[in-house]
Amino acid sequence: MVDLLVLSFSTIFISNFVLARFLGICPFLGVSRKLETSLGMGFAVTFVMTMASVITYGVQKLLVLYNVEFLRTISFILVIAVLVQFVEMIIKKASPVLYRALGIYLPLITTNCAVMGVAIINVDEGYSFIQTLVNGFSAGLSFILAIVLFAGLRERMEFAPLPKAMKGFPIALIIAGLISMAFLGFSNFNLQALFGL
Amino acid sequence: MKLRQVFANGIFRENPIFRLVLGMCPVLAVSVTVVNGLGMGLAATFVLVCSNLIISLLRNVIPKEVRIPCFIVVVATFVTIVDKVMAAGVPELHGVLGIFIPLIVVNCIILGRAEAFASRNTVGRSLFDGLGMGLGFTLGLILLSIFRELLGTGCLLVAGDFGFSGLEVFSESYGALLLILPPGAFITLGLLLAGINWWSGKKGEER
Repeated sequence: MVDLLVLSFSTIFISNFVLARFLGICPFLGVSRKLETSLGMGFAVTFVMTMASVITYGVQKLLVLYNVEFLRTISFILVIAVLVQFVEMIIKKASPVLYRALGIYLPLITTNCAVMGVAIINVDEGYSFIQTLVNGFSAGLSFILAIVLFAGLRERMEFAPLPKAMKGFPIALIIAGLISMAFLGFSNFNLQALFGL
Repeated sequence: MKLRQVFANGIFRENPIFRLVLGMCPVLAVSVTVVNGLGMGLAATFVLVCSNLIISLLRNVIPKEVRIPCFIVVVATFVTIVDKVMAAGVPELHGVLGIFIPLIVVNCIILGRAEAFASRNTVGRSLFDGLGMGLGFTLGLILLSIFRELLGTGCLLVAGDFGFSGLEVFSESYGALLLILPPGAFITLGLLLAGINWWSGKKGEER
């Protein structure tokens, strides 16, 4: 139990998916102009990431069974693309309210490298099923944390007087750099002391 | 548009990094040293050229409704080839680039060019578009990593796979460590983009 907590904490704070591992930068920069939309994107990504982690765990077991591990990239991306479509259809039927909130973000998630990234990291690190599940969910939370913090700061930047050349992406990247610097503070965190090991 | 213009378009007018701001994940992650940037850039160029070639050859065969999954399969095939070749030929570089090699498959530039250019143009033009975009991506990566490696460590061109320990420009103790850490990637790219905006804005005024 404690090792799962440590895994979750380090995925969210120490090696944050967006700010330290640079995964999912496209939606991070693209869908962070408003706080509400970034929160919607965050929830959609967390949902797909958790599902993708679980399913690619099974796919990897199959690939190993038939000794065709070199097909990993091609099979993972297809599984994720199908999963996103499938999730979209289910949500549309089951919960129209949720669909209206997440619907427009779901197709974008197929090419979100954080989803593919978490699947590959799970395999490379050799995580067990439970660890895969926890890592997938925490990766989603780390994305929410980063994008919500970023959107909050970006909303304020809208009205700041800036030189023309700095407007848009340049200032957004510098803000991201400053948040990332704050997260560096977690890197020497004593996890053993925190969780009483 | 002439072939030459198609080629130059990817390098300058629609540079993937500085103009389109696409495919930022590998750019931020691997630009720690120039050699890493070059390796990533060339890997992406190879995938871009080959997938543009195959997709433009098959553009009249692929049904419109399922084109995106077809493109993804073509791209993923070439990504797997690059991944295996690099693991065998340059193991140290392959280790450093890590998950960003398989992640070329979800890079927006490659799927974007397949959809916007290769599926609508002849083989020759698609080939040049792939080359131009790939080189534009590589040059952008090199530019960013020159700043980060030089100012961060004081060295240039450290390449473990080829047994080259780099050119020391100034002592490492004067290097700004922050630039090779994750925040440095965001800040350097932000400043570089601002500089390019400023420069092209100034050129526009003079005209």
